[in-house]
Amino acid sequence: MAGNLSKNPGAPMVKAEDVHKSFGHLQVLKGIDLEVRPREVFCLIGPSGSGKSTFLRCINHLEKINAGRLWVDGELVGYRQKGDKLYEMKDSEIAVQRRDIGMVFQRFNLFPHMTAVENVMEAPVRVKGQGKAEARERAQQLLERVGLGDKAGSYPSQLSGGQQQRVAIARALAMEPKLMLFDEPTSALDPELVGDVLDVMRQLAEEGMTMVVVTHEMGFAREVGDALVFMDGGVVVESGHPRDVLTDPQHERTKAFLSKVL
Amino acid sequence: MTTSVDKVPEGPGPSGTASPHHPIRAVPVRHYGRWVSAVVVVGVLAALGAAFAGGKITWSTTREFLFNADIMAGAGNTLFISVASMVLGLVLGVTAAVMRMSGNPVMSGVAWLYIWIFRGTPVIVQLLIWWNLALVFPTMFGQDTNKVITPLVAALLGLGINEGAYMAEIVRAGIQSVDEGQTEASHALGMSKGQTMRRIVLPQAMRVIVPPTGNEFINMLKTSSLAFVVTYPEVMLKVQDVYTNNLAVMELLFVACFWYLVLTTVFSIGQFYLERRYARGSSRNLPPTPLQKIKANMFSLRTPGGAL
Ligand SMILES: Nc1ncnc2c1ncn2[C@@H]1O[C@H](COP(=O)(O)OP(=O)(O)OP(=O)(O)O)[C@@H](O)[C@H]1O
Ligand SMILES: [Mg+2]
Repeated sequence: MAGNLSKNPGAPMVKAEDVHKSFGHLQVLKGIDLEVRPREVFCLIGPSGSGKSTFLRCINHLEKINAGRLWVDGELVGYRQKGDKLYEMKDSEIAVQRRDIGMVFQRFNLFPHMTAVENVMEAPVRVKGQGKAEARERAQQLLERVGLGDKAGSYPSQLSGGQQQRVAIARALAMEPKLMLFDEPTSALDPELVGDVLDVMRQLAEEGMTMVVVTHEMGFAREVGDALVFMDGGVVVESGHPRDVLTDPQHERTKAFLSKVL
Repeated sequence: MTTSVDKVPEGPGPSGTASPHHPIRAVPVRHYGRWVSAVVVVGVLAALGAAFAGGKITWSTTREFLFNADIMAGAGNTLFISVASMVLGLVLGVTAAVMRMSGNPVMSGVAWLYIWIFRGTPVIVQLLIWWNLALVFPTMFGQDTNKVITPLVAALLGLGINEGAYMAEIVRAGIQSVDEGQTEASHALGMSKGQTMRRIVLPQAMRVIVPPTGNEFINMLKTSSLAFVVTYPEVMLKVQDVYTNNLAVMELLFVACFWYLVLTTVFSIGQFYLERRYARGSSRNLPPTPLQKIKANMFSLRTPGGAL
């Protein structure tokens, strides 16, 4: 299950060109340029407040960018281009774009009034119009895949943090996305639960899922990552292969950051 | 990590001597205050009871009209108009709450105006305005307005629309109590705004919405007595009909009290189960139902003190 196939083979899965974002007077992103290739695990690191989450949220249009261009699989995010004019998309069109992009949050954000299996089958039933029986069966398979086949009937409040996060991953996968966004998926977890979640992500990476991962897990970035970007103050300071950036950083700011977290 | 930790001394006590555990025999704390207050309460109740028993009240009249067919029909009408007005109020309240929070300034403005007007004026005035609508619009839908605005319609519009304005604020507080992460997660899955509201936000908001709504409903049962001004035949109108004839005012007011207490009690039980339903998933253990409580207590009575 590698998710939906790319509509534009060969094109980058995510392409950012001079992306700017501000909240009122606060400039958070000050011109981000980057490319995520299909089947790549793309890691984003950087100090708190550098704009990592904000950039991730721009990719599926939870935040609107103020300047620059952002494409997912060759399509502009949130806008249609005709000639040299941009037209804002309607909410319903944006919802269609988001179907193909899975997102996993730091604080899980499972739906607390639904059981694990109901969490996973909700979007396929409501958004894709899948039959309930079929969706439930698929959801059960996904839960087994993340090692939680026996927790299908549990409510989120009855699950540990690590289990909740794995349900959240299954929920995102149920829409068969072509791109998965992870925003610090393990930083709200107790240390002994981090491994289970990283294992699931590693397995996904092996199956060829394109992933953008904001993380403080340098070990994961080094082992699984194909590309890594260090962000600070709303700009990309340094990028390259994780092995190179993490072991031999070129920039002073990267060095200072890594010396603190490693 | 070079700090050394002192070993905790082994053994049950500082002396290190193991002692068998004797069952504790201690003098329990005496709650003298409870005894004093209980005596005071019983005394006051007895005095009140004696006063009413000896007052000029013919209890047989109260008993005679308690299950009077007319008055029971009135109680049924009270229940009906309360439920119907509450349903109308809920629909209007959810609509107004969603409109009030929408980004569309026209929508939120209209909702604000609705809440401002109907929450800011007495319900009895609103009832009378609906009732006298014919003075402003002599005809409606090609009919005589007085034929359209029956007592039932006037009562329903007056009570329901007023209730909607209160419910709007309760629903809004409920919606705002739901974590924003829920909306984001739902949007990120490709769910539309409407689906997110219906499937994700409102069910969670219910936990905050249901308790004050129960309060509103109990209030509604009692406020519906004002519908007598539009000649809607609820229980108060029936009671008044009787006592203007037989002049047994107090006796019949007690009959009305009896029926209001019956209705509010039945409803309170329903509310308990409704709240329990919407607590699903929010806590690991649901509160026990009274039946479960009784069963559990009967069991614990057999092992007094819970001693093993
Ligand atoms: N909705 C918002 N409104 C106003 N300011 C915001 C909003 N979201 C983020 N910010 C600000 O933008 C800046 C970047 O936030 P962001 O969450 O992207 O940082 P981050 O790199 O993810 O940090 P962390 O590692 O702590 O998660 C912060 O200063 C934050 O206060
Ligand atoms: Mg963040």
